[in-house]
Amino acid sequence: MVERLLKNKDFWAGVMFIGFGAAAMFIARDYRFGSAKLMGPGFFPTILGGILVGFGVCITAVGLLRGEKIQERLSIRALVLLPLSLILFGLLVQSAGFIPAIAVLMFIAALSGRQFRFLEVLVLTGILVVATVSLFIWGLGLPYPLFKGF
Amino acid sequence: MDILQNLFYGIGVALSLQNLLYCFIGVLVGTLIGVLPGIGPLATIAMLLPITYNIPPVAALIMLAGIYYGAQYGGSTTSILVNLPGETSSVVTCIDGYQMARQGRAGVALAIAAIGSFIAGTICTMLIAMIGPSVAEYALKFGSPEYFSLMLLGLVTAAVLAQGDMLKSLAMMFLGLMLGIVGSDVDTGIKRFTFGFFELADGIGFVVIAVGVFAVGEIISNLSETEERMVFTSKVGSLYPTLQDLKQAIAPILRGTAFGAFFGVLPGTGPSIASFGSYMIEKKIADDPSRFGHGAIEGVAGPESANNADAQCKFIPMLTLGIPASGTMALMLGALMIHGITPGPSVMVQQPALFWGLIASMWIGNLMLVVLNLPLVGLWVSLLKVPYRMLFPAIMVFSAIGIYSTNNTSFDVYLAAIFGILGIMWRLFGCSPIPMLLGFVLGPMMEENLRRALQVSEGDPSVFLTRPISLAFLIATALVLIVMVMPAVRKRRDDITG
Repeated sequence: MVERLLKNKDFWAGVMFIGFGAAAMFIARDYRFGSAKLMGPGFFPTILGGILVGFGVCITAVGLLRGEKIQERLSIRALVLLPLSLILFGLLVQSAGFIPAIAVLMFIAALSGRQFRFLEVLVLTGILVVATVSLFIWGLGLPYPLFKGF
Repeated sequence: MDILQNLFYGIGVALSLQNLLYCFIGVLVGTLIGVLPGIGPLATIAMLLPITYNIPPVAALIMLAGIYYGAQYGGSTTSILVNLPGETSSVVTCIDGYQMARQGRAGVALAIAAIGSFIAGTICTMLIAMIGPSVAEYALKFGSPEYFSLMLLGLVTAAVLAQGDMLKSLAMMFLGLMLGIVGSDVDTGIKRFTFGFFELADGIGFVVIAVGVFAVGEIISNLSETEERMVFTSKVGSLYPTLQDLKQAIAPILRGTAFGAFFGVLPGTGPSIASFGSYMIEKKIADDPSRFGHGAIEGVAGPESANNADAQCKFIPMLTLGIPASGTMALMLGALMIHGITPGPSVMVQQPALFWGLIASMWIGNLMLVVLNLPLVGLWVSLLKVPYRMLFPAIMVFSAIGIYSTNNTSFDVYLAAIFGILGIMWRLFGCSPIPMLLGFVLGPMMEENLRRALQVSEGDPSVFLTRPISLAFLIATALVLIVMVMPAVRKRRDDITG
């Protein structure tokens, strides 16, 4: 039973909508609701949150009735490494410069695939560094230092 | 003769050296990503949005539009040659197009697809030029209640016609509206849902959501599936269709165009619905339906014209009403907003160069595609040999730079990572992200119009029902919902969208 619930597609979709809706309503308590005539900043979000919770409840119910399972596969490796590569890019582009940020992003992203060939990624990184530096830094004139703190 | 005058004005704009260049870049990039599976026009346009900050809005829109219809074109090339649809809209082209290729008639199939697309493009350009101004003129009279109801109609139609579970699509639309109001409230300046991050004061970046969900999320999803690639085998053969071929193809082309144009203006119906519908009609009315599936030229001509007509007519509601009928159109609206242009019927009056230039550029772009594609077919096909493992890190690099350069802040990059994770989660749960994107774009405008409408009516919600145009939109919204929950219609819809 528990395992079936864990893989229940609609159940989780519903729970997610309830979560978003309830959180929105909860946070929007701090914003003045106002009235229909003079809508405060809390008016629209509270109503939207309520609608979302309503949909969430219906979808959860559908899920419990239908019990459709999640069929898509998920590569945990990609799920972890790809967002991580972006985060590292964000950190490095400010602290180490444009080129190191791109190089690290390339390597971490490439690692998230099934096949990783070091030399191939190295060559590709070289090509992309040249391409992006000429397009974005020299071409479009974006003011990012290529290297920083070296 | 206003129409011709306007079109000539537009052609003048589109033929400026700069606009021609961006049109060319657009269709080139579009064809490229259309050929390459695993990256679609939505992700590409999202990725390239930040680059368009530095160029004038007309050129930006012309380029983005070129990517959009160019991608469809590239998708059909690979469908015919290697039975591998680059885009969902060209799935049905595989059926007869690939068979034609196996019979040594690949060149003819490609040429017919090109001719059909071009004819469809020409007719739709005229159509936009004819009905666009009257729609916009009519819409200029709309007040807040009409706008609110119209947006609701657009969003609900898009959600129920979109692929996937209707209930979840509607919920995603509301979630999008919610995400759209993050940031400072226009009325009071109060920061809503910013969690103390000053980076969120102007709201969640358009590029952040689009790239996060449609580039990063898409890649995670692709990496989760096993990679399969077909190898190109058949020869292209003669590019010139015989007179007999043309005679057989012309009626399906015109029918496909009509079909695509009709579905084009409906929100939420992707080009795949238009092309599937056209294929089914051709098969039904054919003298000998058994030829279909064995290289019937009608099976290429009809759907290819239909998906091009659909793509082009999607611009009608976007340009004249400011209502995005698809995910890509939502991005186009975003591009307008980035350049400080408020979407809506006033665009045509205030930005005639943009409106007519864009329309004319689509016609010119279609011509470019014919010239560009037929001789270069071999080059495009050889691109198919680029493995995905080399492609996706490059997409990540362009995505990251695109996001970062929007506001020069790493915060946006982190946020995109979160939306990538959300994107894959939605996919697992079977929630289509497209209605969310549409809601996100329209969220602030919907709140504003609701607020204004209720202010004028002194808080009386019946204002939406007593104004006839608004009432008509609401009745239409209700009808759409009622019709779609009817079991018979629902089943047909599932058949078509699969």
